[in-house]
Amino acid sequence: MNLNRSNSFQLDWVTVIIFMALVVFGYFNILSASAAGEFTSYFDITKPYGKQLIFILCSIILIILILSVDAKFYERFASIIYIGSLLSLAGLFIAGKQINGATSWYDFGGITLQPSEFAKFATILALAKYISDLQTNIRDKKDQVKAAILVSIPAFLILLQNDAGSTLVFGSLFFVFYREGIPQYYLLFGMFVAILAIATLKFSATIVCVSIATLLLIYHFFFKRKKKKIGGVLTILIFSIGLSFSVQWAYNNVLQKHQQDRIELWLRLEKDPVKLEAMKRNISYNLNESEKAIRSGGTFGKGFMDGTRTKGKFVPEQHTDYIFSTVGEEWGFFGSSMVVILFVLLILRILFLSEQQKSQFSRVYGYGVASILFVHFLINIGMVMGLIPTIGIPLPFFSYGGSGLWAFTILVFIFLKLDSNRLNEW
Amino acid sequence: MRKVLLFGLVILTGICFVGRLFYLQIYSSDAYDINTDNAIRKVFHYPKRGYIYDRNDSLLVANQPSYDVMVIPRDVEPLDTILFCSLLKIKKLDFLKSYNRAYRYSPRLPSVFLSHLSKENYAFLSEKLRKFKGFYIQKRSVRDYQTSIGANVLGFIAEANTKEIEADPYYKLGDLTGKQGVEISYENTLRGVKGIKYIQKDIYNKDIGAYKDGVFDTLPIPGKNIKITIDSELQAYGELLMQNKIGGIVAIEPSTGEILSLVSAPSYNPNLLVGRQRSKNYTKLYQDSIHRPLIDKGLIRMHEPGSPFKVLVALTALEEQVIDTKTNIICSGKYIYGKKKRTMMCHCGGGFRNLNLGITYSCNSYFAMAFRSTIEKYGNASQSMDRWSHHIKSFGLGSFLGNDLSVGKKGNIPNGNYYDTWYPDFQWGATTIISNAIGQGEILVTPIQLANMTAAIANKGYYYTPHIIKYIEGETMNTNFTTPKQVSINPDYFEPVIEGMHNVYKKGTASFLNVPGIEICGKTGTAENFTKIDGVRQQLTDHSIFIAFAPKKDPKIAIAILVENGRYGARWAGRIASLMIEKYIRGAISLKRMERLVIEKSLEDEYLKPYSGKPFKINEE
Repeated sequence: MNLNRSNSFQLDWVTVIIFMALVVFGYFNILSASAAGEFTSYFDITKPYGKQLIFILCSIILIILILSVDAKFYERFASIIYIGSLLSLAGLFIAGKQINGATSWYDFGGITLQPSEFAKFATILALAKYISDLQTNIRDKKDQVKAAILVSIPAFLILLQNDAGSTLVFGSLFFVFYREGIPQYYLLFGMFVAILAIATLKFSATIVCVSIATLLLIYHFFFKRKKKKIGGVLTILIFSIGLSFSVQWAYNNVLQKHQQDRIELWLRLEKDPVKLEAMKRNISYNLNESEKAIRSGGTFGKGFMDGTRTKGKFVPEQHTDYIFSTVGEEWGFFGSSMVVILFVLLILRILFLSEQQKSQFSRVYGYGVASILFVHFLINIGMVMGLIPTIGIPLPFFSYGGSGLWAFTILVFIFLKLDSNRLNEW
Repeated sequence: MRKVLLFGLVILTGICFVGRLFYLQIYSSDAYDINTDNAIRKVFHYPKRGYIYDRNDSLLVANQPSYDVMVIPRDVEPLDTILFCSLLKIKKLDFLKSYNRAYRYSPRLPSVFLSHLSKENYAFLSEKLRKFKGFYIQKRSVRDYQTSIGANVLGFIAEANTKEIEADPYYKLGDLTGKQGVEISYENTLRGVKGIKYIQKDIYNKDIGAYKDGVFDTLPIPGKNIKITIDSELQAYGELLMQNKIGGIVAIEPSTGEILSLVSAPSYNPNLLVGRQRSKNYTKLYQDSIHRPLIDKGLIRMHEPGSPFKVLVALTALEEQVIDTKTNIICSGKYIYGKKKRTMMCHCGGGFRNLNLGITYSCNSYFAMAFRSTIEKYGNASQSMDRWSHHIKSFGLGSFLGNDLSVGKKGNIPNGNYYDTWYPDFQWGATTIISNAIGQGEILVTPIQLANMTAAIANKGYYYTPHIIKYIEGETMNTNFTTPKQVSINPDYFEPVIEGMHNVYKKGTASFLNVPGIEICGKTGTAENFTKIDGVRQQLTDHSIFIAFAPKKDPKIAIAILVENGRYGARWAGRIASLMIEKYIRGAISLKRMERLVIEKSLEDEYLKPYSGKPFKINEE
């Protein structure tokens, strides 16, 4: 066996097969959602389904390119790819095109590209390179900050382009940090902040602060052995009060009206059931329709191209962010569970492979891929089924769009390339 | 821990999602039903409603087009309202009212702007309609009555109400359904089945094509034409005779059970309940609490049968062998019974009375004797009463008869248990309930039950369930209407009873009603009746009742007549019976004087009397 040759037959075929299954199934759902009774030809490029087919063909070319490049290339050129990606993001402020309120697209004569999608793999590459650098110790505060900045720059640029959803995706890289050894209390702290924030929104800052104070007092007087030092308890209390009130303030002053509404609906802050129903219909019109479509699918679904709500275009943005509602309506419980299971298997497989990597670069990168896929999967499907407030990010491989599909293809196949090369690593 | 966190989260998320899917798609989701999917528009095609013919093939009910002006408010452009209103003959205020109502319902969807446009208005409007954007005309089919009679028989159709829609999902808001008479009895036959087209619509309510290429679409199946047993000439004549009176006539052909005429008086012109004036007219008819024109008197007016019931008392006594044709009494003008020597008056004139003479002169004493003997046959009054009740009920009394008419009343034929419950601490006997002997007391019947009973007597022991349907296109007759029902009386006993009924005409209580050349058998009846006015029970003028069949040999018609508050039986009911029989059998009337007398007679004063607020006397001119 020639150890110097990158052997494409060492590709992890399980991942490839799951990937292909998702892309193909995704294509048929886009076909159904966008044909809607006016199907002409598979290659009609005025229609989303026609374009998506071309995007898929292009991604095959991309895969071939990615696999034919030497695995070491990605590690070596990670910084350059990252900087290129930042530049492309920054360029949007000059030459960007606004679609749906976000200035996230370049328009090349009809073909639009969304650099924020590509920034994901670029950022992971850079992060992997930085963490795997022998001089970096992620347990060190300084390096933690540096790594965090690395992630924050693209995230911040995307936020400036008014695409909060994509920004949130970068948050998933916390899992990478955690895996690579940042202290446990980061996780505890993160969870504490999340719970505190949600509780604040649900019950108001005052109630949260009073109950935390009560709990801390009980702890201080009844369970703490060294009663004299009250400093720790006080710090937590002051921090909680500060955080709680700033969350409330941010909710009222920073968030836009539609974001407030989404949270209000998600946490059921409106108690009057009549008003709640009205809110469901007006504010989260999309969600309401998508839930209805999924519900109407029943156990076995209405069948391919036979979804009445899909055909009638009842769910807005159905071929992009709400594509899962088409799956739900036309393929029913079994079909949509299948998709969920495929995603879970794909992510688990990538995680499993990551753990097997000998090089830290490959492992960090794999972990990053899994995290990004996971957060997309979690937020998109959660949103379409009404479990999570509305956040507009696509479902990988399913949602219509060239940039998304290509970015996810690159994300996965760079990892597969790195993985296929692991026997060459020493 | 570091390695498993994300693994765990991914698996947990997967489980949550599958759980949520299970909740949405299986647990909380009803099975998919195309009819409740609001993404599918259902367009109905209404079939032609079946025509109704009478027994002689003359068309009674057909269909006519009706034109509704429809409006889609969003498409309406500023228009010349004065011209528009003058074309439709409405006021500007009505225009605004209708328009606003339509707008409130939906600016995008069509609503009825003005319903039931007359043919002339339709002609004027359709010429100028293109000037008025957003308005169009929708053709509907409504009933077209070719006759002014038989409103109670034919019934009418109207929009199905919420209750009917709930009971049968076939009906949608705005669908027409039979509400009375034949229209309701044969609703499913007449209406046909509407066709459905499923159309996929989009979020803007725009049609975007047939759902699944129309595989679920159905074509309308036209309603079937039916022929009813009514003889419309006889029916019209009956309604003419009954004018200005309240009551009912039921005429049955004994050899088939077909209802020849079913007159309810007063009636109304069925055309009143078609068109734009429908609801106004309906309210008027509905609110007439004295005449109750919407109530079919022949079917649901329960009353004491009076003397015609004596015929059955005689038959049961014969069957129980407590009397025979030779059994006789001497009537002294009253019947004295019980330890306290209570009396029942008799108006027969007194003298020697056997079965034949008893019927001829309607002798109360004779039938009190016959009834008493029947009830005292067994030691136990309750047991005897049960047997008696069984015989009476075999004539179809005390039951709904199982006919094909939309309404009916059971009436009341008491049995032993009935009186056991009534007198829990008292041993009742024949004398306690002696009024039943002369068709009073606890006996209640409807005119159609009396007519059916008469048919059974005419047939000497059997009857066919009375029915109104003669023929349905392409269907065979319901066997319930073609199998004879036997009564529990030996056929031999009918001969003497019929002879007595014949004598009623020859020399008895109806001797002045004889129709030359037709052998009629009949029995007069007079029934006391009461009403409650301001909570006080008051007796009203007696009901005039008559049953008859003719000819004596091979009877062609059996008839029962109730003229409310018409005094004694022969007075009005008897006269009407003779005229109806002659009309049916001979087709022409020889008793011209009698005919004029009946037609001109109005009992209106009699009906208004109790409501005048003044004290009144009964049974007098």
